[in-house]
Amino acid sequence: MKNLINIFLIFLSIFGSTQSGFANDDIFKKPAKASLVMDNANIFNQQEINALKNKLNKFSNETSTQILVYTTSDLQGYDVADFAQRLGEEWKVGDKGFDNGIVIIFKPKTSDSPGRVTIQTGYGIEPLIPDATANQIVENEMIPNFKQGQVYNGINQAVDICISLTKGEFTAAAYKPKSQSSGGGSFIVFVILAITFFSLFGRSRRSNQSGIGTRSNLPFWLALGLLGSGSSRGSGFSDFSGGSGSFGGGSSFGGFGGGSFGGGGASGSW
Amino acid sequence: MNKKQKTLLIIGIIILFVIIIFSSFKRNYNSMVIMDETVSGNWSQVENVYQRRADLIPNLVNTVKGYAKHEKETLEGVIEARAKATSTTIDASKLNANSIQQFQAAQDGLSSALSKLMVVVERYPDLKANENFRDLQAQLEGTENRISVERRNFNESVKSYNAFIRQFPKNIYANMFGFEKREYFKAMEGSEKAPEVKF
Repeated sequence: MKNLINIFLIFLSIFGSTQSGFANDDIFKKPAKASLVMDNANIFNQQEINALKNKLNKFSNETSTQILVYTTSDLQGYDVADFAQRLGEEWKVGDKGFDNGIVIIFKPKTSDSPGRVTIQTGYGIEPLIPDATANQIVENEMIPNFKQGQVYNGINQAVDICISLTKGEFTAAAYKPKSQSSGGGSFIVFVILAITFFSLFGRSRRSNQSGIGTRSNLPFWLALGLLGSGSSRGSGFSDFSGGSGSFGGGSSFGGFGGGSFGGGGASGSW
Repeated sequence: MNKKQKTLLIIGIIILFVIIIFSSFKRNYNSMVIMDETVSGNWSQVENVYQRRADLIPNLVNTVKGYAKHEKETLEGVIEARAKATSTTIDASKLNANSIQQFQAAQDGLSSALSKLMVVVERYPDLKANENFRDLQAQLEGTENRISVERRNFNESVKSYNAFIRQFPKNIYANMFGFEKREYFKAMEGSEKAPEVKF
């Protein structure tokens, strides 16, 4: 009889629920309408949010790398890096398997607390944006802008660098000399000099042979086309400032993918 | 229904029960194995990030040495603590309260030696402006964050494993198969939140 009861209990357990899970703080719960730009602290205007969202959505759709920009006026006692790691892990920023998510958190400076910012990199991003590089982005692109109140510029520039680094347009090692104003400057000067030199040299040689003809052979329609595309892009931007509800050309966001974060990245305060 | 049919029915029910019980055993046993392996895997992650910190130290010490020659004592303290920390490793299968505590004591020793060094560094503005040093600082800070993340992951996996094997009736199976309760990595003073490394 006792055995029968035991068997019965085991039988019951099979259908019993096996609830397990971690208790997570509510602040890291992903809201239903989550996007790649979460301006909880109301830092940006609508135009800036749209422009940033558009850029990040496009980047996410093209490469699956997701960059989340999140502003908050209260870190709830967490260190900003810790906050970002928990948020990224909970929202699963980035793609599962690649862990290619980046979380940028901005907390504005107030009268009684310093401003805080962090770039947290997913496991898969760590080799592309090492901590030292993330720190350079914070120090070179973000904090100088933030100090002048140019929050959007700071975030936007940092996002651009992150995009270039993860796309492989330049490596973390190449970003380093770029961050030193003197080194970068001399390199640019060298490039300009080289271009000027070669174009002068080329032109003089060409003028010796067939005169200016080759230059004026540039198809007129091509020039027109270039002009045209330039102006249409311009009108596109003026559409943004119109602030209408419909937002032309914006790519939509497909949702977060399942990326994981291990605490890599860098933070700064001002 | 004659006697023969009755026995057949009973045998059938018994077979059904055996199959159900077997599958329940199997599923629970496999879950325990998976969770146990997760705990072990997370432990090696914890050791990895501590090792990562230890790997940064020779470079850090050398950089500081170049600027702060008079801080020999502090630097030696760091080197000593690093040697102690790297020599204390635990195999995931031998994790128990005692060995975890030993591991933690060694790592905490390194943490405090490092924080002493960082206090000393404050006196050397040239060093603080050195780019190599700033990179190392950023790496160290990132590694401290990684340590707290991996520790938390480890503790969470221990928590769900312990909760799993202690629930009725899995506790019966766990006992049968020899799955024991795992130990937590005890938090240092408030290290559940990542320490703010300020230089």
